[in-house]
Amino acid sequence: MTHTREPEYVIKARHLTRNFGELKAIDDLDINVEKSRIYGFLGPNGCGKTTAIRMLTGLLTPTSGEIEVLGLRLPQDADKLRFHIGYMTQKFSLYNDLTVRENLQFIAKIYGVTGKTQKHRIAELLSIYGLDQKQTQLAGSMSGGQRQRLALAAATLHKPELLFLDEPTSAVDPENRREFWEQLFDLCNQGTSILVSTHYMDEAERCHQLAILEDGVKRADGTPQELMNNMAAHVIEIESSDLRQLKQALVQMPEVITASQLGARLRVLVHNTVNDPIGFISQNSNVNRESINITRPSLEDVFVTCTGNSRQ
Amino acid sequence: MMASWFRIQAIFFKELIQLKRDRMTFGMVIMIPLVQLMLFGYAINTNIREIPVAVVDQSQTSLSRVLIQTVRATQVVKFEREFQDIKSAEDALKRSEIRAVLIIPHDLGQRVARHPSSGFGSYASSDEETSRPIAQWVVDGADTAIAATIKSLRNMPLTELVSVKPANRNTPTFEVTLFYNPEQRTAVNIVPGLIGIILTMTMIMFTSAAIVREREQGNMEMLITTPIRSIEIMLGKIIPYIFIGLIQVFIILGLGYVLFDVPINGGVWSLLAITLLFISASLTLGLIISTIAKNQLQSMQMTIFVLLPSILLSGFMFPYEGMPVAAQYIAEAFPATHFMRLIRGVVLKDLEFTELTFDIYWLALFTLFGLIFASIRFKKNLG
Repeated sequence: MTHTREPEYVIKARHLTRNFGELKAIDDLDINVEKSRIYGFLGPNGCGKTTAIRMLTGLLTPTSGEIEVLGLRLPQDADKLRFHIGYMTQKFSLYNDLTVRENLQFIAKIYGVTGKTQKHRIAELLSIYGLDQKQTQLAGSMSGGQRQRLALAAATLHKPELLFLDEPTSAVDPENRREFWEQLFDLCNQGTSILVSTHYMDEAERCHQLAILEDGVKRADGTPQELMNNMAAHVIEIESSDLRQLKQALVQMPEVITASQLGARLRVLVHNTVNDPIGFISQNSNVNRESINITRPSLEDVFVTCTGNSRQ
Repeated sequence: MMASWFRIQAIFFKELIQLKRDRMTFGMVIMIPLVQLMLFGYAINTNIREIPVAVVDQSQTSLSRVLIQTVRATQVVKFEREFQDIKSAEDALKRSEIRAVLIIPHDLGQRVARHPSSGFGSYASSDEETSRPIAQWVVDGADTAIAATIKSLRNMPLTELVSVKPANRNTPTFEVTLFYNPEQRTAVNIVPGLIGIILTMTMIMFTSAAIVREREQGNMEMLITTPIRSIEIMLGKIIPYIFIGLIQVFIILGLGYVLFDVPINGGVWSLLAITLLFISASLTLGLIISTIAKNQLQSMQMTIFVLLPSILLSGFMFPYEGMPVAAQYIAEAFPATHFMRLIRGVVLKDLEFTELTFDIYWLALFTLFGLIFASIRFKKNLG
C-alpha cells in the first residue's frame, strides 16, 4: 500500500508573502501540491490567485517566504523551471493573426522541439484537442472554446510535469467547460500535476484538493469532501410563504452566517455553536419544525462560511 | 546556443508571417520611401526661383524697362503685377499677393549715370549722391530664405544698363570651384539625407510598435512563461526590420538615381556597412522606446519626438555648422546626425567608411549600449 508513504509534493510554499506597496496581495500562504493531482485555488476576483500563481512560476519575486517547485528553489532557479512547467494565462495570449498550426510551431521552436519530433507532437495535439480541421484557421477567428483548447495544446506541447491554469474557463460555455475538465483529468492520469485557479464552484468541486483564498489569505484547504464535512456551520432549508421577510429577520441574528433564497426555499447557514439548529430557527421565527430541514452542505456553503466572517 | 538560435528564429519567422498578413504595414514599407522621395525630391528646393514680385515704375523710361528686363533675366523673381503708386504695392505685399516690390525712382537715369559701377567720368557732387542706389526693393521679410535671396540681388551687375562698357570692370575677388554637386542641385543633397529620415521614421516606428503591441495584446504574458530570454525576443524582432530597411534604402537610392540623377559615387560595401549600422541604431532606439511606452499611442508620440529633431537638427534640412553650439550638442545625440555625414560622405564624396571612424564608432556604441539597456529595462518590466 502506498498511502502510508509521505506523498510526493511538486509545489511546497512556506510563509509566502507579496506586497504591492501598502497592499498585501498574498499574506503568509502555505501550500503543498501533490504529484499527479489537480489542485484548485478558489476565490473571488482580486483575492490574489494570479499573484500566487505568478510567484509559484517564478515570474514574480515574493516579498518573503520560501518556494520549492519540482525540487527547484524559486526565484533563483526560475530559468531552469521554465522548461518543466506549462502556463495557460487568463486571457488568450497566443497570436490572433497566426493560424492554429503556426501558433503551435512557434511554441514548439521556443521550447526547442524541432524536426520530426515537432511534426509528430503537433499532429498528436491537433487530434487530442479536436483541432485537425482548424489548423489553417487564424486563431483570432475561432470560438472561445476552440481558442482555449489551442491554448491548452500550446501549454502542454513540451509535455510539462506541472501545469498552471489561471482561470482557464472564464471565456468558455458550460458544454466546453465539461470537455475541458475531461482533458485535464486525462493529463492528470498521464502523471501531470495541475494547479488551477477558478471562481466557479462546480469547477472547484472537481479538484482533488482545494485552497480557498480571500484577500490574499488562505481561509481553508483540503479535499472538497473534507471541506464540506468540516464546515463550521449547519445548512438549513426552510419552506415558507414570506421568505423575504423571514430572511430579513434571520440575518439580524449573530448565529446566522447568511441566508439566501433558492426558489421557494430559504437556505440558511447557522453557526455550529448552535446545537439544535432546527429548534433554533423555529423559536426565532413562526415557521413550524416540519418545514425546516438540515441538508448536505455544498462547496458554495463552505466558501461563504470561510470567507463571510471577515465581511461582517 | 543552438536552442537560443531556434528561439530567435521562432520570433523572426512569426514576425515575418505577421508582417505578411498586415497589408497596411507592408504597404507602408514600400509607400513611405516612394512618396517621401517624390515629395522631398521635387518639392524641396533651396535654390529659390520665380519669387512673385511687383514693380512700381516711377521713371517710365527705356532705361527702367531695361532694368526690369535685366532683373527678370536672373529668374530669381517673376514680375506679376505693376502698380502706379507705392501705397497700393505695399497693400498687395501685406495681402501676400507678392513677396517684394521693386520701386524704380523717377530720376533713374541720373542715378545710373552717377553710380560708381557704371564708371562714367561725371563725378558726383557729394558723397551722399554717389552712394545712392539706383532703385529700391521692399521685401516681405517674414520668410528669411526669400529675403536672403532678394538681398543677393543687391550685388547684381548693372552692365546691361549702360550701352558703353565701363573701363574698370570689376574682376571677382575669388574664383569658386564647386565640388561634389557642381550644378548645385538640391536633390543631390536631399536624396541621400532622405534615407536617414525615412529609416529613422520607419525603423523606430515599426520596432517600438511591435513590442508594445505584443504587450497590449497579452502575448507577452505567455512569452515570459517560456524559456525565451529577453535579448532573444529583441533580436528576433529586429532582424526582419533590417531587411525592410535595406529594401527602403534600395528604393530611395535607385529612384534617386533614375529620377533625380543622384550619383552613387561610393563603394557598395561602404554603403551597405553604414546603412546596416544606422538601421541597427534606429531599431535599438525603437526597442528602447518600446520598453518605456505603455501603449501604441505613446510609442507613436515618442517616435515623433525623435523624428522631428532628426529632420531639423541632423543637417538634413539646415547645415549642422550653422546651428548654435548648444543645438549641435543636442544634434549629436541623434543617430540621424551621424548617419547624415556618413551617407553624404559615401554617396556623394566617395569616402570609404574607414575614413569616417568617429561617426561609425558612435553608431556602433549606441547600438551596443542601447541593446543592453533595452534588455535590462525589458526584464524589469516583467517583475
